[in-house]
Amino acid sequence: MDPVIVETVQEALDRFQNKEVYIHLETTNGAYASHKDEAFFSSGAYIRNAKVVYERAKITGNGPFRTGLKIPFGWVYAEGITHFEIDSKERLLLAGHDFQGKLAVALEISETPFE
Amino acid sequence: MEKERHVLVVFPHPDDESFGVSGTIASHVNMGTPVTYACLTLGEMGRNMGNPPFATRETLPAIRTHELKEAVRVIGISDLRMLGYRDKTVEFEDPDKLTKQISEMIDELNPSLIISFYPGYSVHPDHEATGEAVVRAVGMLPEAKRPKLECIAFSNNTIEELGQPDIVHDISAVADTKLDAIRAHRSQTELMVAEMAVKLKEKDPQTLAWLNIERFWTYKF
Repeated sequence: MDPVIVETVQEALDRFQNKEVYIHLETTNGAYASHKDEAFFSSGAYIRNAKVVYERAKITGNGPFRTGLKIPFGWVYAEGITHFEIDSKERLLLAGHDFQGKLAVALEISETPFE
Repeated sequence: MEKERHVLVVFPHPDDESFGVSGTIASHVNMGTPVTYACLTLGEMGRNMGNPPFATRETLPAIRTHELKEAVRVIGISDLRMLGYRDKTVEFEDPDKLTKQISEMIDELNPSLIISFYPGYSVHPDHEATGEAVVRAVGMLPEAKRPKLECIAFSNNTIEELGQPDIVHDISAVADTKLDAIRAHRSQTELMVAEMAVKLKEKDPQTLAWLNIERFWTYKF
């Protein structure tokens, strides 16, 4: 993955506009967060292969970045995005890595289901 | 360490077999005991991607499969079974399905020892669900036919509630194998191994104990 280049990511987001796409969205602080620090409130969310059509999408911020997808009856968004990749299957992979390089958030868009 | 007929190891994640237990497994292998490792997931939800990142959420499963096979080779495990569950979803599956799979492996392999996680004391939800399924499968057997069930426990309340481990192995004779197994899971352990190497060089007693002493609690039905 490479550090986010806003223009490149925006172009990729626009390519999926008004198409049926599969979304992977995830936030995580790791399964051991409360074990290592009992005062830490552990939380996370995960959805894989939700099928949506979005009418607009935008990546914004000064880095880490925020990305929002406007869908017919609502929204999908992720914040804390630091890196991107357009992989060999033309999928757009966005991820936010913390200061140790650990994944904290991911938003991925694909025209075919994720395995 | 007693010579076993067959050892069955059941853990949910690639690398669970390397931390805290690979010295024991390698010792069984060295005694000529066949070892089967049932690994439920591919650790798809691992968070270490490197800095700069060398993996993505989508490439991680293939990387971790490769690492798992390498660790299994290093330890000398002859039979690796990847059960195809997905990381962090084991507790949401039909518990009977996993129990049945474990029962079938027990029938097939007739192990004299099973190693897994101690339910209630193993922190990660996948660890808990795996340990619970193993306990159910073993518990369904008549008492006289049950293999020994030795569990890893590391939640903060372990000693307080379970007491001291009843099985303690000094695995220093195979510590290098254990380190190599941990190193094989490079995507997950690279940072940690670098820190550990420094402490081992300084002969830090805590790190030496962490490496050389493996501790298990026999499950009490």
